[in-house]
Amino acid sequence: MIDEGIYGLMAEYDTVPELVGAAKKAHDNGYRRMDTYSPFPIEPAAEAIGFHKNRVALVILIGGLLGGSGGYSLAYWVSVLAYPINVGGKPWHSWPAFIPITFECTVLGASLAAFIGMLAMNGLPMPYHPVFNVPNFALASKEKFFLCIESADPQFDLTKTRMFLEETNPRVVSEVPN
Amino acid sequence: MENHTDNLVQITTTPKRKLSLQEVRERLSAAKGKAYWRSLEELVDAPGFEELLENEFPAGVTEFPQESGVSRRNFMKLMGASMALAGLSACTRQPEEPIVPYVRQPEDLIPGVPKYFATTMPFPTGGIPVLVKSNEFRPTKIEGNAMHPASSGATDVFAQASILDLYDPDRAQNSSYRDQRRNWGDFHDAIDAYKVKAGASGGAGLRFLSETIISPTLVWQMQTVLKKFPSAKWYQWDPIHRDSARSAAKQMFGQYAEPIYNFEAANVVLSLDADFLYASYFPGFIPYARAFTKRRKMAEDTPMNRLYAVESFATTTGALSDNRLRMRASDIMVFASALAAALGGGGGAATGLSDDEQKFLQAVAKDLKANAGASLVIPGEQQPPELHILAAQINQALGNIGKTVSYAEPPEVVPTDQFAGLRELVGDMNAGKVDTLIILYGNPVYDAPVDLDFEGAMGKVANNVHLSLYRNETSRVSQWLLHGAHYLETWSDARAYDGTASLVQPLIAPLYDGHSAHELVALFTDTPEMTAYQAIQTYWQQNGKAAGDFATNFRRWLHDGIIPNSAPGAKTLTPRAGAPTITPLAKDAIEVVFRPDPTTYDGRYNNNAWLQECPKPLLRLEWDNAAMMSIETAARLGFEQEDVIRITVDGRYVDAPVLVVYGMPENSITLNLGYGRYFSGRAGNGFGFNAYAIRSTKTPLIAVAEKLEKTGDTYHLAVVQNYTLIKPHGDPKWMNRSVQGAEAVRRDLIRVASYDQYKKDPDFAHSQTFDEDPQSYDSLYPGFDYTKGYQWGMAIDMNSCVGCNSCVIACQAENNVAVVGKEQVKIGRDMKWLRIDTYYTGDLHNPRAFFQPMLCQHCENAPCEPVCPVGATVHTPEGVNTMVYNRCVGTRYCSNNCPYKVRRFNFKLFSDYITPSLKPLRNPDVTVRSRGVMEKCSYCIQRINAARIQAEVEETRLQEDDPTAERKIRDGEVVTACQQACPTDAIVFGNINDPDSRVTRIKAQPRNYGLLTDVNTRPRTSYIASVVNPNFEIGDRTDMPGKTFIGEQS
Amino acid sequence: MSTKGLTDLPPSKRPFLVDPPVIAPGHTFASVTEKVMRTVLTPRTPFGWIFGFLITFGVVQVLMIAAGYLFYEGVGIWGITIPSAWGFAIVNFVWWIGIGHAGTLISAILLLLKQSWRTSINRAAEAMTLFAVMCAGMFPILHTGRPWLAAYWLFPIPLTMGVWPQFRSPLIWDVFAVSTYFTVSLLFWYTGLIPDIATLRDNAKHKITRTIYGVMCMGWRGSGRHWARYETAYLILAGLSTPLVLSVHTVVSWDFAIAVLPGWHTTIFPPYFVAGAIYSGFAMVLTLLIPIRAAYGMKDFITERHLQNMAKVMLATGLIVAYGYFMEALMSWYAGDVFETFQFKNRATGPLGYFYWLLITFNIVLPQSLWFRKVRSSPVVLWIVSIIVNIGMWLERFVIVVISLHRDFLPSSWGTYKATRWDYATFIGTLGFFTMAFLLFIRVLPMISIFELRVLLPQSRVRLQAQEFMK
Repeated sequence: MIDEGIYGLMAEYDTVPELVGAAKKAHDNGYRRMDTYSPFPIEPAAEAIGFHKNRVALVILIGGLLGGSGGYSLAYWVSVLAYPINVGGKPWHSWPAFIPITFECTVLGASLAAFIGMLAMNGLPMPYHPVFNVPNFALASKEKFFLCIESADPQFDLTKTRMFLEETNPRVVSEVPN
Repeated sequence: MENHTDNLVQITTTPKRKLSLQEVRERLSAAKGKAYWRSLEELVDAPGFEELLENEFPAGVTEFPQESGVSRRNFMKLMGASMALAGLSACTRQPEEPIVPYVRQPEDLIPGVPKYFATTMPFPTGGIPVLVKSNEFRPTKIEGNAMHPASSGATDVFAQASILDLYDPDRAQNSSYRDQRRNWGDFHDAIDAYKVKAGASGGAGLRFLSETIISPTLVWQMQTVLKKFPSAKWYQWDPIHRDSARSAAKQMFGQYAEPIYNFEAANVVLSLDADFLYASYFPGFIPYARAFTKRRKMAEDTPMNRLYAVESFATTTGALSDNRLRMRASDIMVFASALAAALGGGGGAATGLSDDEQKFLQAVAKDLKANAGASLVIPGEQQPPELHILAAQINQALGNIGKTVSYAEPPEVVPTDQFAGLRELVGDMNAGKVDTLIILYGNPVYDAPVDLDFEGAMGKVANNVHLSLYRNETSRVSQWLLHGAHYLETWSDARAYDGTASLVQPLIAPLYDGHSAHELVALFTDTPEMTAYQAIQTYWQQNGKAAGDFATNFRRWLHDGIIPNSAPGAKTLTPRAGAPTITPLAKDAIEVVFRPDPTTYDGRYNNNAWLQECPKPLLRLEWDNAAMMSIETAARLGFEQEDVIRITVDGRYVDAPVLVVYGMPENSITLNLGYGRYFSGRAGNGFGFNAYAIRSTKTPLIAVAEKLEKTGDTYHLAVVQNYTLIKPHGDPKWMNRSVQGAEAVRRDLIRVASYDQYKKDPDFAHSQTFDEDPQSYDSLYPGFDYTKGYQWGMAIDMNSCVGCNSCVIACQAENNVAVVGKEQVKIGRDMKWLRIDTYYTGDLHNPRAFFQPMLCQHCENAPCEPVCPVGATVHTPEGVNTMVYNRCVGTRYCSNNCPYKVRRFNFKLFSDYITPSLKPLRNPDVTVRSRGVMEKCSYCIQRINAARIQAEVEETRLQEDDPTAERKIRDGEVVTACQQACPTDAIVFGNINDPDSRVTRIKAQPRNYGLLTDVNTRPRTSYIASVVNPNFEIGDRTDMPGKTFIGEQS
Repeated sequence: MSTKGLTDLPPSKRPFLVDPPVIAPGHTFASVTEKVMRTVLTPRTPFGWIFGFLITFGVVQVLMIAAGYLFYEGVGIWGITIPSAWGFAIVNFVWWIGIGHAGTLISAILLLLKQSWRTSINRAAEAMTLFAVMCAGMFPILHTGRPWLAAYWLFPIPLTMGVWPQFRSPLIWDVFAVSTYFTVSLLFWYTGLIPDIATLRDNAKHKITRTIYGVMCMGWRGSGRHWARYETAYLILAGLSTPLVLSVHTVVSWDFAIAVLPGWHTTIFPPYFVAGAIYSGFAMVLTLLIPIRAAYGMKDFITERHLQNMAKVMLATGLIVAYGYFMEALMSWYAGDVFETFQFKNRATGPLGYFYWLLITFNIVLPQSLWFRKVRSSPVVLWIVSIIVNIGMWLERFVIVVISLHRDFLPSSWGTYKATRWDYATFIGTLGFFTMAFLLFIRVLPMISIFELRVLLPQSRVRLQAQEFMK
């Protein structure tokens, strides 16, 4: 059952092992709609909450391919179709000369895809998010580690879940208002 | 011109009434609104308004001092302002005489299609027949007149540049009396009054001083004046006169005569300090150069000729000579007399000749003897009469007279001893015998012998009248300045070097209402209103030796630019024997030789920016003259290049910068005349030094330096190509070589063989070099297909190029090439599209020089093109490498990647967009390039297209009858500007796809080679390797270590 | 544990194999964060910073005047001429681009190579890259004859004239390479900044500052999922930048290698230019970081270990460059081509020969001192060496550009080159701009990547192990 009032329950930890342990436990207990918050990337934490692979790489690949083919076809179209002219006796389609441009465009396309794709998938920019309402949450970007089980999770039950989180001995468990 | 020569219009000049600012205000205040503007316009054409303007804004701005600190453009701005005002009075109109007026569109005029008019450029040594290109009646380009033997289609450097003088914004634009604005009418009145007064005394106080007059009509007019005023006198004066030749003739024949040389018949030519291969300051340069090089083209079966040069300066003639002996100008006479003795033509014994000189003398004598009757000895114009006599005697002894030398009437109608004349005139002036002195052009105050103090003498004359194109040194001290008319603005006539006469017709009305000498002289006759046009008509009506109706003849003469059989017949003369007495100069004395400058001549072209920025041959010096001396002389006296030294000649001195010249004799200093002027104009003021300051009547040609000392300061010279000397401590094999020359040889830029070598191995240009012409497989890419249509190409004959600079200026005129000024030239920003590279081989004390005209090579694999990021330089299907000025953003990468460095960049706004008078000068078919744009030779693409259009027009006409008819561009229909100007026919341009075209046939010669072909540029311009014909008894000075082109004689 | 003590000993007494640590021991997440943040979130700006800023700002005005006069009068105010149609402008362009390489190299390549010591210097290095590329980017535009057209004609924009760029020209490759390089470096740098900006947001006192940083970090909240994607993207960006950074200077070297000019037309240019770029890049990083490290007390994070490693990289790349010089000389002799031979002879003994020998001294002879640990571990000496290398690399570009140009195929058109005061003004101006931009950067953004510092701390590992401390 879903409680409209709150976004979820947030537990705060001091160390990395505690966070990872708790996350693992929650996942084992069948919780799925949850997330960890930490001041630096912790691969095991993501693993623990069952987030194993992401599609960023794929997006980047597509971006790169588009960029590369775009670059070459631009050079080709300009030099062969749009504006063919005798330059130093070189053929219109002098492909070796088009390689550098192709390469640069590939990198450009891929990099843009990487940056924009990553942000888009993370749903950023997002100026407001309920977790910011947690009083201590500012420390998530400094030294503390958080685990948040969301009310959207089918198993979520305010009391049960709170009890469950208390068992993972966090510093404090607080409600995240919506 | 060709039509209605009959209805003549008279010049009617009414003295204009003055107008005061006050009147202007009244007139304007009267009117309001629209009427205000109308009355303003009325005012502008109102009589006297121009004077008012002029007085408010005098044209004195033209004497603005030129300082190196101030940029050329600022001057242009200033000038622009004053010109704009003067412009009100100087709108170009058609002359009153019937030249087709533009307003009445004549059926034979197609706007945009230039017309060509034949005329003649007057020059002291004889008129130069030219064709003038006229775009909508603006003369824009001078070309040679093929129908006249004295030109046969070519010009020299002065003729090419003379068009700029017409549009020179510094020209005198109004007449003045005591610096008060006057007009022709005022002067007319003054003369009328004077005639009445002077009539009684027979014009005892009346003197005329003119330049050397080669116009029969003017002389006829002058003589009528002298008849009217018997006691008046007329003198001629040119600082570069022919006194030596003339007095020699007088002494030899008792009459004046001009030697005419036949180079085509001469197997051996000996030049005794005669520079007959640079410009018209040697009479007959153009036909002579052509005839001389005919014998060096190897094309015909005629054997190659041989040129010996004994000279005191590094001239193009010496550079081309097969054997060269450097001697002080004063020693050459000794040599000549010794030679005369050796050949049994009188002369004295060889006294004080060194062993080398003896060796040279014997070899030359032997060679001349062997070719008696087919040899030629030419005396230098800057040498005393004795040498001319000796030369004539030698020619006589060799039986050359009548074969290679003949005699004719001199071009000047009345030859005189100009020095004597001037001395007499100045005497009269100082004695107060002269009340009115009429100076027709010239600039005696500047160029008269310094000891005569002409300026002082003028002070003693009540009325000095100066007819002049410029407000120059002379005009400033004469009471009357009458602004003259350029030869393109007036009617006249002129005799060529061989006496053949031709007419001078105006191409444009006098820009500033100037008047010609004809009109001025006419004022003193009983028909004061007679115009120049009437004058020549009247004269030739009486003297024209042609059957039939005069009007028809006259029109034909105008059209052809030559008056047939007007040349006074050849004279058969034999020089009297008897050796002239010679006083040799002490060996250790340092002589000072005065020469006309290769670009400013005697100073008359001093304000011609094109000539000022034209590199002097071999010296490669621009904008200045210098004290020129040999390496060892400079070293011995402890002078460095650009040191300013003080040269003292009997009490008078001049300060000049040192320029080391390779191949000059020891103890000899050459000073070029024509510089150091301060009332010349923006292009000439303050450049160089005035050598006239030490040129006196005692030593007009060769002086002796009393004292030479460093002044301590230095003067920077703009030398556009510097020859680094390999220091003697280097590899002895290369000792005293020029680095550039040595490298040019090593890089096969220059290929040369001796005549014998050439006969053995005509393919020496390839068999003797390492250049492998690139193959198709050298490139990753398939080449472009250039086998169809027109494919333009050029061949340049290194053996015929005499380095005379005509092509350089022709290119500048044709393509609106900007002048950048000395400061920019010095840092290497010269804009010339065509330059004449000069390389020295052999010992720099007496080197051989090679001239290599260098212009865009129009490579088929042009390295400049692929590197341009915006495609501003690309190839046309006809194989021309074109610049798209509008597209150029100026990365300059193309220039970096051009192996020939023929690209020129507008680093600043070099083109003059401001000065109004320069605008009509521009070739309307060529873009005027702006700042930040790259430019270069275009193979005169505008001429190619003109020919193409012509061909297509005619083709369509043909196809009206026969649809299959074809009309291709014919061979020789496209003539580039450089090719057109070349006197020796060294440049040939055409379609290399056409097997019969001249250029194809020339390129087929084995001597044909391309530059840097191993870079795989595939240049369209190719060069014909040089062949030299040295006499190995003397030895050869080409001497190129590492190369075996010059084999010993077999 | 015992080795921990050793690293505190002075370099001379230290056992040879032990390197100083990449981060001083005893730090916590909070302490590193605080220490780095302090430079940004402090209410009072240090006097030295203000002083430096005013000076560099003044120098930027010189640049403005020089550029202004250039646009008014044309490139004729510079010393360039025919044949040396390229001069200072191109020399500076190549020099700046070269300097711009270290940043990306440190962040990208060292990241891929798992060089943990890169962490505390990559941020500053990347910023330096951006500013260097900005300086470089000015010159191609300034040096053209008609900059107002070059500014957009060099890009493939559909114009009414229907004309297009000429894609066979190395200059167009340059346009693409440099602009791509700038964009990618910017993205890479900004990506790295996002979590740190979030930290600033959460710690900023003033509301406005908080808002600005809030906007800049786009609402980053350190979610585990985000971190995962972030890591992937960041790693791949690094992977992309690596070939890019190599390609950029390769393309720049083609600006010369494509030409037929002796001294330019050679195949060794790409590797030799890249090595040179890294060489000068690291030199510039040292030139900047050594004083800053002292001024802001960052010795804990930018330790001797960093300085030494950079010194070693310089030594290595310097030797590659030396090899390049040697090959040029060898080839011009071995090829036996008359133009090549002369060109090298002229380079070494010609009228401008002394530049070549200065270059050899500055770029090869003096930097050999880096073989000595004493030199590597003494910041002051190292700083001096790095400056010497910077000058040396500038000279190298001068020798390549000007000396090759001033005497080429036709002896008739040999000339010389003399820089004018405007050439110098423009160059010095860009130096000022570079320094000013860098000062601004260290004032408003963390000059060291905080979140990566946190990762460096042993506490960041899931399982604590003893050898973590041995690192």
